[in-house]
Amino acid sequence: MPATALAEAGPAPAAVTPPTAPPSFGTLALRWYRLNRAGLRATAIGVISLLAFLMVWHLLTTYRVVFFVRFTNVPSPLAVYASFSKAIHDPKFLMHILLSCRRIFIGFSLAAIVGVPLGLIMGRFKLVHEIVFPVAEVLRPIPAIAWVPMAIMLWPTNEQSIVFITFLGSFFPILVNTLHGMSLVDPVLVRAAQCLGARERSIFREVYFPASLPHVFTGLTVGMGVAWVSLIAAEMISGQYGIGYFTWEAYSLVQYADIALGMIAIGVLGLGSSVLIRGAGRLVMPWSAK
Amino acid sequence: MSEVSVNTPKGHIEVKNFSLAYETIEGAVQAVTDTQIHVKPGEFVSIVGPSGCGKSTLLNAVAGFLKPTTGIVTVDGERVSGPSAERGMVFQQYSLFPWKTVRENVEFGLKMRGMPRSQRERAARTLLGLAGLEAFEKHYPEKLSGGMKQRVGIVRALATGPKVLLLDEPFGALDAQTRVIMQQILTNMWQRLKISVLFVTHDIDEAIFLSDRVYCMTARPGSIKAEIPIPLERPRQQSMMMSSEFLALRRGLMSLIREESLKAMGGEINDMGMQGLNIELHGHSLADVI
Ligand SMILES: Nc1ncnc2c1ncn2[C@@H]1O[C@H](COP(=O)(O)OP(=O)(O)OP(=O)(O)O)[C@@H](O)[C@H]1O
Ligand SMILES: [Mg+2]
Repeated sequence: MPATALAEAGPAPAAVTPPTAPPSFGTLALRWYRLNRAGLRATAIGVISLLAFLMVWHLLTTYRVVFFVRFTNVPSPLAVYASFSKAIHDPKFLMHILLSCRRIFIGFSLAAIVGVPLGLIMGRFKLVHEIVFPVAEVLRPIPAIAWVPMAIMLWPTNEQSIVFITFLGSFFPILVNTLHGMSLVDPVLVRAAQCLGARERSIFREVYFPASLPHVFTGLTVGMGVAWVSLIAAEMISGQYGIGYFTWEAYSLVQYADIALGMIAIGVLGLGSSVLIRGAGRLVMPWSAK
Repeated sequence: MSEVSVNTPKGHIEVKNFSLAYETIEGAVQAVTDTQIHVKPGEFVSIVGPSGCGKSTLLNAVAGFLKPTTGIVTVDGERVSGPSAERGMVFQQYSLFPWKTVRENVEFGLKMRGMPRSQRERAARTLLGLAGLEAFEKHYPEKLSGGMKQRVGIVRALATGPKVLLLDEPFGALDAQTRVIMQQILTNMWQRLKISVLFVTHDIDEAIFLSDRVYCMTARPGSIKAEIPIPLERPRQQSMMMSSEFLALRRGLMSLIREESLKAMGGEINDMGMQGLNIELHGHSLADVI
């Protein structure tokens, strides 16, 4: 008796209308278009905008415009493309890219492995917060580039000091955002978990951690951006390999097309790594998928 | 079999010589004074009272979130010293874990108790079926309507088989029709599980319709002003709300609360000073208008 009453009380689950006939290709295409209209529009406008950028660049360089800024020596898109087609067959160029990626991977991963748990623990335990926070606040405003001389003194090899700089660059955004996420955890959710029998450890794992994940990922995204900034600066100053070094070297060797190639490569790599993080975020937080 | 079906009523709540003061920067704020309430095993008891009189404070003390300043709270003779799965709680703000699906939310308490996955999945499905929610087990809470969220909240609180269920204005944010359905569901669950319920609401009709007894609290600092038994027979029907018996109870409670609300508001008005009031009342005194 109560069971039926309960079932009746609830709204019926949304009914699925049975398909009458298999839809034709035309209707399917139309439906696909309707579903993806917003995405298609954004893509179309994006492509047009990129083409316009290339066009303006092309015109500015072919006519060697001098108007406050000088485009006399700036390579044209076609020249950059030519140097790109040469570079992708050049193992040395690929090695530059690979080494930069490796430095990012190690430096950023270390920052995440240290920064996220530290932020979570600082957010949960006041004493740890009180101990770590003042030091973090003093060190945080120092740009990673300012660490270069110190890093060279601290670490035996150049490679290690570059990774260290990359680590520092991404560490603070990750730490600060994780802390912020922890401070925003809804206390009602903690109470709800407590009166379902959750103990300190479970509350940390089941409430505090997932609740701050969105901010953790904001921190990771920002941290990845700063990691690239710091890496390139460090490579330009003290590196022997890496895409930052490649770009700087191109300038010294008066290979102007390679400068632009290096810059574009940095842009693409930075974009690619933030796309990876966003993808990982969507995988880890299926509930926030829009 | 299931943790939930137990046939002897349980959950004897006793609150004796209870008072609670909040420590603030301006000093202690006395929220509740000199309060005794009890809920017999299997009884449904509501607390009504003017806004800010300490209803939530009292309920949170029974839940174990707040420590009484004086007095004692016991359930089945055992002193309440902190939150526990023995006392399920439903919050007005739904408080579902956004990162867990509907079923995972319901499973939470069982998981905390260490029940194996397959077993708790089965238990959660059965419970969701009772509340007409089986079709939504894989949904994330964000996608649900308010009524559905609160049904999940109730099912989640009941899943561990608590002795008592505490609800703090659980239907306050729902529209009138949904509210009626939710009252029906709650009544059904309560009768089926034979547990004690302590229900805070500011809706007098709701309190009368659901309860065996209603406590009416005074304005802050809250204490019990009156205890009203509700002798209406069960099962209760919507049509009873028109009966003379119901209306008489309603009138009685209404005037009790009105008195206290005016006291509470009178205090606030006095605090603000009377200048502003004179303009609004066109020179009449407060007593004239009332
Ligand atoms: N954390 C706190 N610190 C100081 N004062 C508080 C705190 N929580 C509540 N109070 C005060 O204690 C009194 C009782 O609060 P409580 O929330 O229990 O009232 P309530 O009856 O549940 O009110 P409402 O009907 O608005 O939910 C209120 O006057 C409130 O301002
Ligand atoms: Mg309240």
